[in-house]
Amino acid sequence: MKKLFSRPESLTAKRNIYCSGCGHGIIHRLIAEVIDELGIREKTIGIAPVGCAVFAYDYWNFDVTEAAHGRPPAVATGIKRVLPDRIVFTYQGDGDLAAIGTAETVHAANRGENITIIFVNNGVYGMTGGQMAPTTLIAQKTTTTPLGRDAKIAGYPIKISEALGQLEGSVYIERVTVNSPKNTIKAKRAIKKAFQIQIQNKGFSLVEVLSMCPTGWGVNPVEALKWIEQKMILAFPLGVIKDKNLTAKENL
Amino acid sequence: MMKGNHAVGEGGIQGGCQAYFGYPITPQNELTQYMAKRMVEEGRVFIQAESEIAAINMVFGASLAGARAMTSSSSPGISLKQEGISYMVGCELPGVIVNIQRGGPGLGNIAGAQSDYFQATRGGGHGDYYLIVLAPASVQEMYDLTREAFDLADKYRNPVIVLADGILGQMLEPVKIGNQEANLNFRVKKDWILDGCKGREPRMVRSLLMDEGVLEEHNWKLNKKYEKMKKTEVRVETDSLEDAEVALVGYGTSARICKEAMKTARRKGIKVGLVRPITLWPFPEKVIAENVDRLKTFLVIEMSLGQMVEDVRLATNGKCPVYFYGKPGGGIPEVDVIVERIEKILK
Repeated sequence: MKKLFSRPESLTAKRNIYCSGCGHGIIHRLIAEVIDELGIREKTIGIAPVGCAVFAYDYWNFDVTEAAHGRPPAVATGIKRVLPDRIVFTYQGDGDLAAIGTAETVHAANRGENITIIFVNNGVYGMTGGQMAPTTLIAQKTTTTPLGRDAKIAGYPIKISEALGQLEGSVYIERVTVNSPKNTIKAKRAIKKAFQIQIQNKGFSLVEVLSMCPTGWGVNPVEALKWIEQKMILAFPLGVIKDKNLTAKENL
Repeated sequence: MMKGNHAVGEGGIQGGCQAYFGYPITPQNELTQYMAKRMVEEGRVFIQAESEIAAINMVFGASLAGARAMTSSSSPGISLKQEGISYMVGCELPGVIVNIQRGGPGLGNIAGAQSDYFQATRGGGHGDYYLIVLAPASVQEMYDLTREAFDLADKYRNPVIVLADGILGQMLEPVKIGNQEANLNFRVKKDWILDGCKGREPRMVRSLLMDEGVLEEHNWKLNKKYEKMKKTEVRVETDSLEDAEVALVGYGTSARICKEAMKTARRKGIKVGLVRPITLWPFPEKVIAENVDRLKTFLVIEMSLGQMVEDVRLATNGKCPVYFYGKPGGGIPEVDVIVERIEKILK
């Protein structure tokens, strides 16, 4: 019998700890497939976040390091500057990238570091029990916004990718999601493009992936898919945010 | 002739520093600026990071990738680095951190001080750990100790702190560059780095150890390193202890003041000796302990409210009185007052 489909070499066989309906498993796999297809497994170094994906190094079959919360872009900078021909990427949640790590994120992009950031945006802090994230929606209930996020107290969901797109140093930024097979295929395409930009030494790339968190949102896995469609995409529109390869008028 | 801050930088260059990440803060800016020029000249990595936090995390990254990496700052900036340093210890990553101390707490002032002794010698960040702490007392030592710090860091896979102060950073003294052999001329094989898994199994670097008993085991493993450091890495200078009645104890700039006070006292016929720790951790407790019977007392001089004095007291184990004279907030202990205190003690 012909084998048509199997686990990517860049994914380990270890059973992951993610909840039913969580997006992490899908996104880990997309990254693994892309790394296999580009033939870069043996020169890739990944940086895991603090968050539900803190154990990502157990699930990927290449060199992966831990980093302090929010610091992956600085760690990536250190690695890439001393090993410029390796492929270095970070995998970060919304708190990691846009709360505690905002400065590291902005300045890695601003320096135009030739790294790739995969930004998993699920609008909540999963690992620590469902607290508000910088990308939590207005009126969304979380364990630290039990009455719903009130802009007067807690500000607005932050569109960090749009902000990074304003920086001269960023080359390619796109927002995708994994709430359907069609969207997942588009997400993989974007992730592959981001890694290709790094391989071609073109500079800083980031893919923001709107991801499901049924547990954090208090919904079931199927409802979580709809949540993204009906709520998150309104606040975080999908599509290319920045692409230096396009002409100026096509950029946001 | 070299400025202390520049000597540290050149020590880094000669010590094989491949990547330097820094952030401006007085009184060590000359060091960051020196590296901005010299590292680029040597074709190595220099980044002025967006913060001291980013800088230490860049050191973390460069180190796990196998490079000799260094950062520097002054007291408030070193506070910012503590998280990163703790992570480096947990992940067993080498690196060199230079603290050109200034007055504190808070924003403090920009004068040299010695108020970060506790921070440097008691780990500094969260968790149960130690760093080798090297305390230069001359511009030559600013160069030598920084150079040797890289070997020590690699030897133990643990960060090393060079603890100086703003006065040493600014002073000009003659320095011999590259003429002395480092005590250790070490190039360890780094079979733990992350440089891409070609030809080998993938590796991971991490300090999160959740499984039952694993973190305890890891801490015992780290402790073995500290025990070895305590046995083999102590450095101390002693002067005129053989017939001394009082021993002054000081490090860095305070030691220079102690030397002057010792000379002045000897001229008056008072038998004063000096113990100058060069490693603040591991602390030279043996030298202190060996002299408790012979000496009447120790007088500890620091530019602080008294931090190293506690280690001197611990080392005497109650067998000998220990006195303290110091000035915090950038104040400088005075030679005449030291001699007065000695005379008072001996009465």
